[in-house]
Amino acid sequence: MSDDLDYDAGSYVGEDRLADGGLPGEQHTLRREVRGYLLGLALAVGLTIASFWVVGTDGIYRPGLAVAILVLAVAQMGIHLVFFLHITTAPDNANNILALAFGVLIVFLVVFGSLWVMSHMNHNMMPMDQLMQMQR
Amino acid sequence: MSTPALRFAHDPAFGPPEAAHRAISGHGSGGPAPKRIVVGYGFWIFLLSDVIMFSAFFAAYAVLFKNTAAGPSAHELFDLHNTAVQTACLLASTFTCGMASLAVGQRNQKWTQLALLATGLLGLAFIVLEIREFSGFVVRGAGPGRSAFLSSFFTLVGCHGVHVSAGLLWLGTMMAQFYAKGFRQDIRHRFLCFSLFWHALDIIWVAIFSLVYLVGSLPPELLP
Repeated sequence: MSDDLDYDAGSYVGEDRLADGGLPGEQHTLRREVRGYLLGLALAVGLTIASFWVVGTDGIYRPGLAVAILVLAVAQMGIHLVFFLHITTAPDNANNILALAFGVLIVFLVVFGSLWVMSHMNHNMMPMDQLMQMQR
Repeated sequence: MSTPALRFAHDPAFGPPEAAHRAISGHGSGGPAPKRIVVGYGFWIFLLSDVIMFSAFFAAYAVLFKNTAAGPSAHELFDLHNTAVQTACLLASTFTCGMASLAVGQRNQKWTQLALLATGLLGLAFIVLEIREFSGFVVRGAGPGRSAFLSSFFTLVGCHGVHVSAGLLWLGTMMAQFYAKGFRQDIRHRFLCFSLFWHALDIIWVAIFSLVYLVGSLPPELLP
């Protein structure tokens, strides 16, 4: 009885599916899912190649390179979340999205908060050679 | 006859149990979510806490990046060919892990074991490359004790490596459980957690290869 109401393991964190499809289009579902993973893989490979290519190229504005790499990384994380972890905007995924949003907020606070505070402290600190002089 | 988790589904207002189950909307109707959803959600919360831990290591690395104590800098140290191969291994293993979860969905033992074996071998190749890189650094006198920059580098990347190693052990136990006990519900729930863990490790690696290796290998005058 409980197995009738069971769901696919998959790597689905949110989407609801009955075990074994239970529908005539089972093979179609499988093919569509394989295609989804392949699309995700292709996008991730493309973004990876782009970010490695960007480092060695003279084609773009050089001081913008670090930002370009950051943008490509964020884009690839989004691809992974959607195609591999199946975090979507579907209503049954609202809990996962909210937890993710909170996690991203904390990550943002920790990383940029640390950088911000520490750059001010570095700025206000006496140069190291003068500090050594005073300790002598 | 009715399981406690589904008692609301027998309310005529929600139609027959299966229909109620399919119609879970996330807005509190349709009764409690099935166990698979709850398991996935709980593990997702754990993964996010893991990501927050990594963010603290990233912050430490970013703050200490320039404190090389006259030792080697990131620009002099990193070999991007090694990083590219590592990235390819981990990305391919995340894909084969996805294939394994589709094979589990089809209850196909042969493809499940093959896909998990491929995942494990690619993960092992990643770890071997990382150990080789780290030992190369140590031999060149750029071990974790050399400077604050290197301490934070080894902590951040090493922590990811430890996660991947633990994931490999978990992967081995998952293969053994599928082989010995079949596609039981509780084992599929464990596998759901494993696949989420493995995919999340690749997301963290995306951040590491981009922000540590690629940005680190830029010439210093291009960095903020």
